[in-house]
Amino acid sequence: MISGWELVIGIEIHAQVKSKSKLFSSSSTEFGSGPNSQVSLVDAAMPGMLPVINKFCVEQAVRSGIGLNAQINKKSIFDRKNYFYQDLPQGYQISQFKYPIVGNGFIEIESDGQSKKVGIERLHLEQDAGKSLHDQDPNLTFVDLNRSGIALMEIVSMPDMTSPEEAVEYVKKVRSILRYLDTCDGNMEQGSLRADVNVSVNKPGDSLGTRCEIKNLNSFKYIHSAIIYEAKRQIKLIESGENIIQETRLYNIDSGETRSMRSKEDAHDYRYFPDPDLLPLILEDDWIKKVRSSIPELPDQKKERFIREYGLSKYDSSVIVSDKSTSDYYEKVVKDRNPKLVTTWVTSELFSVLNKKNLSIDESPISPNHLGELIDNIDSGKISSRQAKDIFEEMCETGKSANNIINEKELSQISDEGELEKLVDNVISLNPENVEKYKNGKDKLFGFFVGEAMKLSKGKANPKVLNDLLKSKLNT
Amino acid sequence: MKRNLNFIEASSLLEASETTSVDLTKIYLENIKQAEELNCFNTITAERALVDAEKSDLRRQQGTLKSRFDGIPIGVKDLFCTKNIKTTASSKILSNFVPSYESAVTQNCIDAGLISLGKLNCDEFAMGSTNKTSYYGPVTNPWKSNKSDAKLVPGGSSGGSAAAVAADLCVASLGTDTGGSIRQPASFTGTVGLKPTYGRVSRWGIIAFASSLDQAGPITKTVEDAAALFEIIAGHDPKDSTSSIKEKESFYHNLNSSIKGMKIGIPKEFKSDGLPSSTQKAWDDCMKLLQTNGAELIDISLPHTMDALPTYYIIAPAEASSNLARYDGVKYGIREEGKNLIEMYEKTRSVGFGDEVKRRILIGTYVLSSGYYDAYYIKAQKIRSLIKNDFNQAFEKVDAILTPSTPSTAFEIENEPNDPVQTYLNDIFTVPINLAGIPAISIPFANDENGLPIGLQLITNSFEEQKLLNIAKNVQDTVNYESVPKNWWQE
Repeated sequence: MISGWELVIGIEIHAQVKSKSKLFSSSSTEFGSGPNSQVSLVDAAMPGMLPVINKFCVEQAVRSGIGLNAQINKKSIFDRKNYFYQDLPQGYQISQFKYPIVGNGFIEIESDGQSKKVGIERLHLEQDAGKSLHDQDPNLTFVDLNRSGIALMEIVSMPDMTSPEEAVEYVKKVRSILRYLDTCDGNMEQGSLRADVNVSVNKPGDSLGTRCEIKNLNSFKYIHSAIIYEAKRQIKLIESGENIIQETRLYNIDSGETRSMRSKEDAHDYRYFPDPDLLPLILEDDWIKKVRSSIPELPDQKKERFIREYGLSKYDSSVIVSDKSTSDYYEKVVKDRNPKLVTTWVTSELFSVLNKKNLSIDESPISPNHLGELIDNIDSGKISSRQAKDIFEEMCETGKSANNIINEKELSQISDEGELEKLVDNVISLNPENVEKYKNGKDKLFGFFVGEAMKLSKGKANPKVLNDLLKSKLNT
Repeated sequence: MKRNLNFIEASSLLEASETTSVDLTKIYLENIKQAEELNCFNTITAERALVDAEKSDLRRQQGTLKSRFDGIPIGVKDLFCTKNIKTTASSKILSNFVPSYESAVTQNCIDAGLISLGKLNCDEFAMGSTNKTSYYGPVTNPWKSNKSDAKLVPGGSSGGSAAAVAADLCVASLGTDTGGSIRQPASFTGTVGLKPTYGRVSRWGIIAFASSLDQAGPITKTVEDAAALFEIIAGHDPKDSTSSIKEKESFYHNLNSSIKGMKIGIPKEFKSDGLPSSTQKAWDDCMKLLQTNGAELIDISLPHTMDALPTYYIIAPAEASSNLARYDGVKYGIREEGKNLIEMYEKTRSVGFGDEVKRRILIGTYVLSSGYYDAYYIKAQKIRSLIKNDFNQAFEKVDAILTPSTPSTAFEIENEPNDPVQTYLNDIFTVPINLAGIPAISIPFANDENGLPIGLQLITNSFEEQKLLNIAKNVQDTVNYESVPKNWWQE
């Protein structure tokens, strides 16, 4: 990125477990409910309340671990991470410190057109804290405990990434895998998936530099620009002879800068110790096996299959499988249809509409069935590609099906030779002079005849059939 | 009516219609009123008790009793959360706290038709063995030395629970035991105190002191009562992850006093020249008694006994420092305003907690700190497993172990040593049992030369409470200890 320097990047992803209820209580996890409306006695840390592990969250963590090609630990332990804050009702967060539920794993990302392995150090389960609202009152802080106790998976990578692009690819890939597994909705705007990024720089051949951690990045764009800013900051410091201080930094999305939050010296002593309210979490082999057998096809496998089955290019396949909903959409359309045509329509026309309107594939104005119908009409020659684009646009606007629009506008192409022959005969008899000129070698006039015939057909003539007919008639 | 009714007698009287729950409740409320000086209760729930007693009498008329003990008045340590009734843990920080929920144990009591007379005084957050750390002041032991008029401690932390039973302010009571908090006060007050196997009784709704050690149990007048009340409160609770899935047993129904052929272990590490001669004599007499009744005495060794106390005073404060973090002035309890969050925390906790609680929070925070964790907490956990192993090995050879409950009898309230470690020594015989998670019972055996009760402790392996209660009954029935304190507080 910056010549003469190497970057080392490691990432901690906090992914909210997709689950109806919290990690240690039965409260709902739904987003956007009224403040403190989803708080049980346990979440509010009332005296004498005890945590009980939510088995579904455990299963979700194990599924995620399997998706990350990671070791599933049959015994893991919940620890208390002790610190005081207003939105941490217990005065400690229940997390996993020494013995996480998931150990070493890896994923593959694309880097410069090559496949690259990024190591996963661990995945552990922990509780989220509540939310402090500082902007509701000039003098008071309000606390909303709806989020308190919601299950998070912390996924820690090895420091295997060397560019902001790789970092973004990594987070994208993890997000994609979790969404395929349905273990996290991956909604970064709502904070369901956020990343802490560790960055250090060093001269090639030198030992690793001192790292800084940038907390709570919740978009790919911010991850990218925060890493660039931070790397440049560190390089500038080193080049001016100063030392990097190991610290936690925050990224300001308005200024695009990172600023110090706390240094290592100020770091909390969390006084981790095993939570005596919870027994060690023991997983049975048979149960893990069962979970393993329920794992769906993941992006890498699907990518290979799409290349194999539909003849997609590596690039197109990557693009389509990177998002599970997109690949589901594609598969619905491509079933029993021409894959080449389907791929073109999905990756160019559909994607550009979604981009323009800033919609996700789930919000697509055109359903897979409707798109399929449109493509059927193209494939059978009933409509031309040119017409198809207009129809597609109208489908986007109105939500109508392709067949409806074609019928309404009588747009269907005239391919019937008998009908077109009449048209052609008509054009020839109406323009004897031009026929004469054409026959005397003025080839350019062919376009004129096509145009006239099209006019007569109100644009519905199948161009190929029309051309063939005109040629044979004029050349005899 | 007879003074000092026990659980079984009270249920017989109710059954025979010789009294009603309302009458019983009134008698006990009157007893409580007269014993204000003992300071046993933090909260007396007279009105509600009478309403509940009326309902019980109605059930009796209609033949819809909840259990054979329906209508018997009891007292509840102020550590159990009770719905709509102030629950303070005898701490200023919770002095205004009214739970919206009922602890599993007290719910079990309600489901059996027992009547709660109120909340019993205890050491603050159950930390103490004198009941002097209570924000509501010390409890006075109903017993007095026959040589002095000085007021004596009832022991702790369940001091109110033990004193109330000894002074006949309730038929029986509920306590909790983290390092001896049921057995030591039972020993000091001539009552029976059972600390069940860890996991037998749900901890849900009990204000936590040290989660891996806390266990609720009964304080009663007889072993039969202990069996009956234990049976009511025990059982699996899915809301407590450490609750055992073992089936509830009919401890009371299955109670018998046969000990023929049983092997009773006498641990050499519990013997000490420092033991008062009367306590030593009681211990010796009990050995003889068991032998006479057909048991075999076996000398055993529990090599890590002397390490138990320091181990306990690392693990218990470590857990407590974390368990008590939630009392921060943010959500419930008292709050002292400050300029900012940190100052509010500092002021609230400075004002809200007493000295002993602060001391243990500091110790606990220290032993969990990075750099000290391995040397203290991890080492303590290792020793804890060695202690557990000592007992495992012993129980391969013996059915039960007999020791004194405490190294001394009740001492004067004003005479507590200044050095807290001296006070901690009170728990020396009881603490190893909590670390091992096994059950033990303290039963009154004799009085010392000052006329004060001496308790002896019986210990069995995990989930062998039935055997424990049977041996205790054998001793109780043979020794026939019937001494009760003079009711000086009524004069």
